[in-house]
Amino acid sequence: MMRKEIRFRLNGEEMVCDVEAHWTLLYFLREIMGLTGTKEGCGYGECGACTVIIDNEAINACLYPIMEVEGKDVTTIEGLVSQNGELHPIQKAFIEEGAVQCGFCTPGMIMSAKALLDENKDPTEEEIKEAIAGNLCRCTGYVKIIDAIKTMGGGR
Amino acid sequence: MRRFEYHKPETIKEALGLVTSLNNARFIAGGTDILVALRQKKAEIDNLISLRNIGELKGIEYGDGLWIGSGTTHTEILKSRVILEHYTALNDGVKNLGSRQIRNVATIGGNICNAAPSADTACPLLVLDAKVLIAGINGERWVDLDGFFLGPNKTVLDKHELVKGFSLPLFPKNTGSSYIKHTRRAAMDLPILGIAARITMDDGKEGATCREARIAMGVVAPRPIRAYETERFLVGKPLTEDVMEEAGNIAAREATPRDSIRGQAWYRKEMVKVLVGRAIKNAMERMGL
Repeated sequence: MMRKEIRFRLNGEEMVCDVEAHWTLLYFLREIMGLTGTKEGCGYGECGACTVIIDNEAINACLYPIMEVEGKDVTTIEGLVSQNGELHPIQKAFIEEGAVQCGFCTPGMIMSAKALLDENKDPTEEEIKEAIAGNLCRCTGYVKIIDAIKTMGGGR
Repeated sequence: MRRFEYHKPETIKEALGLVTSLNNARFIAGGTDILVALRQKKAEIDNLISLRNIGELKGIEYGDGLWIGSGTTHTEILKSRVILEHYTALNDGVKNLGSRQIRNVATIGGNICNAAPSADTACPLLVLDAKVLIAGINGERWVDLDGFFLGPNKTVLDKHELVKGFSLPLFPKNTGSSYIKHTRRAAMDLPILGIAARITMDDGKEGATCREARIAMGVVAPRPIRAYETERFLVGKPLTEDVMEEAGNIAAREATPRDSIRGQAWYRKEMVKVLVGRAIKNAMERMGL
């Protein structure tokens, strides 16, 4: 099959890439771009480990056809770090609160948290839980994850 | 993943042309069901025709009634004030569907066309008297949603047709609707049972009786169903505790659930009895009686 050229933004950079039509965004990120911060857990949209942000919305990269990325703005966990290498405040909050155990769900959790906080500066605990309902932590360390996201709120 | 070609038409006409001319072709909307099926090798498709870039399929319009384009995402439905206020059952149905990530891409058209017995938008749309607008190469046709589902993953859609959207009527004052998704976990789970109700009462004064009733049930039959006998029973009655209890009993007789990993048939029948009354109560609370 022929490769197709698509154009989009990835972590703020303009991209022109040749892709195969059946690739998912997750495959492209990990296997072609080497951006392995985005994890593959289940591959069925159940676990949220592959969460990235497209045009301000959190999505599962494992269920996103690469062909639909055309013209869109994609942010992965690698895109949160500032140019001088400083971690994003949400990343710092996760470290500060000890919200990381094995770390596999962490990038997805942080991307879901970022999408929430970009839309809602001071979410309630319920809103936080709702936003990360599609992100499974099998170490089951949810309390600290929720605490970390809470510290980002305007009221605290 | 199996290799396939991916097509991105920008009009309905173009999409229908592609589906008729291409070999082994299927439409893809949000893709959250079909990509899983492809990955699990439950589907073999050579050409996917994306409906995501067709402007005509998107959006919610409120005027003489409500129009919801099939390409509208669950997140967009959740953000609609009109749906929250006047078509509340649909807001209930969408709220706990999948996760935020799924709702951001999955569409209402996809949820209905996939025709799972557990589809969370099906029961709400059934009680809200939704009509489905279907487009094919030879023109358009309207089908009542109740006549749209044939069985698990089966609908009246011809393989060369697509759903443009759903039309819902305006309801009189003193109307309220609700949907209860009975699950072990709120999000990311399929319902053990889904029950929707819409009730329109006479005047809203003391001793008011039920003018129109709709009850729909999911996961109690091969497809989402209306509980017609229960609806007939409710009309003309004041909705007292006794009446609601009896409505639950009738609905349980109309339900023919199976044993499954999510719940046993007897349990589902018992829960129909409980949840029908509860759904009616929720609907009544919303009409501000």
